[in-house]
Amino acid sequence: MDIAELHEIAQQARDRRKPTRIRCCTAAGCLSSGAAAVKTELAQAVKTAGLEDQVEVCSVGCMRFCGHGPLVAVDPSDTLYAAVTPTDAPSILTALNGGKATAAQADPNHPFFAQQQPIVLENSGLINPESIDDYIAAGGYEPLHHALTELTPEETLDEVTRSGLRGRGGGGYPTGLKWATVAKMPAGQKYVICNADEGDPGAFMDRSVLESDPHRILEGMAIAGYAIGANHGFIYVRAEYPLAIQRLKKAIQQAKRYALLGSQIFDAAFDFKIDIRIGAGAFVCGEETALMHSIQGQRGTPRPRPPYPAESGLWGCPTLINNVETLANIPAILRHGGDWYAGIGTETSKGTKVFALTGNITHTGLIEVPMGTPLRQIVADMGGGVPDGGRVKAVQTGGPSGGCIPAHLLDTPVEYESLQALGTIMGSGGMIVMDDHTSMVEIARFYMDFCKGESCGKCVPCRAGTVQLYDLLTQIMAGEATREDLDQLEALSAMVKDMSLCGLGQTAPNPVVSTLKYFKQEYLDLLLPASNRSGAPTVATLS
Amino acid sequence: MPISSLPSQLKSGSPPAGDSTVQDEHRHFKVLDVTMKRHRHQPDALIEVLHQAQAAFGYLELEVLAYVAKGLKLPLSKVYGVATFYHLFSLKPSGAHTCVVCLGTACHVKGASALITALENELGIKVGETTADNQVSLMTARCLGACGLAPAMVIDEVVSGKQCPDTALEQIRALSGK
Repeated sequence: MDIAELHEIAQQARDRRKPTRIRCCTAAGCLSSGAAAVKTELAQAVKTAGLEDQVEVCSVGCMRFCGHGPLVAVDPSDTLYAAVTPTDAPSILTALNGGKATAAQADPNHPFFAQQQPIVLENSGLINPESIDDYIAAGGYEPLHHALTELTPEETLDEVTRSGLRGRGGGGYPTGLKWATVAKMPAGQKYVICNADEGDPGAFMDRSVLESDPHRILEGMAIAGYAIGANHGFIYVRAEYPLAIQRLKKAIQQAKRYALLGSQIFDAAFDFKIDIRIGAGAFVCGEETALMHSIQGQRGTPRPRPPYPAESGLWGCPTLINNVETLANIPAILRHGGDWYAGIGTETSKGTKVFALTGNITHTGLIEVPMGTPLRQIVADMGGGVPDGGRVKAVQTGGPSGGCIPAHLLDTPVEYESLQALGTIMGSGGMIVMDDHTSMVEIARFYMDFCKGESCGKCVPCRAGTVQLYDLLTQIMAGEATREDLDQLEALSAMVKDMSLCGLGQTAPNPVVSTLKYFKQEYLDLLLPASNRSGAPTVATLS
Repeated sequence: MPISSLPSQLKSGSPPAGDSTVQDEHRHFKVLDVTMKRHRHQPDALIEVLHQAQAAFGYLELEVLAYVAKGLKLPLSKVYGVATFYHLFSLKPSGAHTCVVCLGTACHVKGASALITALENELGIKVGETTADNQVSLMTARCLGACGLAPAMVIDEVVSGKQCPDTALEQIRALSGK
């Protein structure tokens, strides 16, 4: 494979296109709403109308408006149909010639779409995720070619450093720095891991990227491998995402066939192969040391760091672990340059962030916005606020490790630091809107139930602490708790946070702490009336 | 453990005990052998092998774990430790049909617990249990990633979104033909 061949494949793919394209979303969300039948009917309708020369019906990835699926888009008229049923198919064809379609139309100029800035999702909904030719036609694998043939590994690394990209899995660690640490380790066996163990409940950004644009991840991993000197990559993906696994497997096969994975890629002195490892349902495996244990066939328990994976990771070798969205940014950074990327977003948080907008909101789905976008813009303008005129009470970010942001603070821009200052975290991108019917104590208990069940049991503060916290929250919910219990809840939260071994335990109390910070009255209202007074003795704390 | 010494007891949903069941088991063990061979009997492949075993046998009974332990030269305690650590591995047979209710945050906020209550009452079992006639197992998932369709449930691997207790019960009743 060389650049001429790559361009030829791209040209051929473009030449094969027909004047009118009917794009059907076949990501998991729309498939669950019956997208497969819609696509079959559309193809049949094209055949019946004898328009096969003019019109093609193709499968594409996520079109983001997930709450209104199945979605169908028509090019070049830029029409988007929502909640399409198989019976709508003939009328969608009639509409090509000025007729009226029976399916409802969504407005592509709605703020939900208009205020997005797709980088990670630039191909999502436009290309067929199961076609490498489509990806190449969209400019895919050119960034890899650019890195391998025109840049040294150091220069490749430098682009990523200059982009200011930070880890999108939640931690926000500078990606360039992480790469540099692994690159500096003595030459020898090194690994790249793509963390696709998207476990936060309410988050489906990574699933969507994997299902919609799998080659992007392979390319990002290969570029990372080149920059740090690794020749082997693993994608650790949750078993709950069968479609993503299937498409990744297919993508790897296709890339191998085109010699875009394998030996001497683009005739450069660079070999890279990728294997898939499928999780088995353990949230803690999103933690990097636990994830590595799991890849090695062991129980997914974390270990203390240092040594960090960059020094001693898989089988003791230097290992780079990046999240799906982080890696999905890499091809764009190599294509347009680190400085271009650094021009998007804010001073400390560069680029864009993908959020899965769900909960009590009118428009659920995926949004990709520049860092620094105010939460209110996301929730009220893009998401359309709470349905039926309800009021937003809080927005939860960061999953079980995050916290709830009350409605009056929604003007906060989306940035790593600003969210942290509010007692929550950016997290991987789940954003759950809660209306005023939601009990915040119940939400805290919900997350604690999650953490209690997902604690791996290795360290006592997390294993026992989450159980005690859950019991206290249950007691409060039942109206059987006293002020002393509430004080104990606070003290224990601090203890679990300070003393747990890994991120799961250290952040497990966050939903409790943040709801106590902003919604304490709800806790107080549930306490036994007689004991509702302050100044009671508290349990011993460690501080 | 030699294959011949394995019990040919009934698994739920299987045909009555007889030659066909024994043959099935032989075939499943062969699949397992092939998988282990493909991974060159490396202990690191334990999770991959357990996935394959569960796909073949439906669940991981002790005999299967012992077989895997021997094949990968691992202590049985280690294999058992891994099999019990991960939620997706089941050491018990499940019903002919599985019903999984998503308990992710989006589904929770949109009323997943009402679905569970309705299903538990209808089936007369709790989450994690199987009906006495071995027809339906009721389970929950942490998050299916189908948050746009909350609340979601999965019956026999088919996801259906935007459920309410009535639609959920309708689907469950359709399974048993009531």
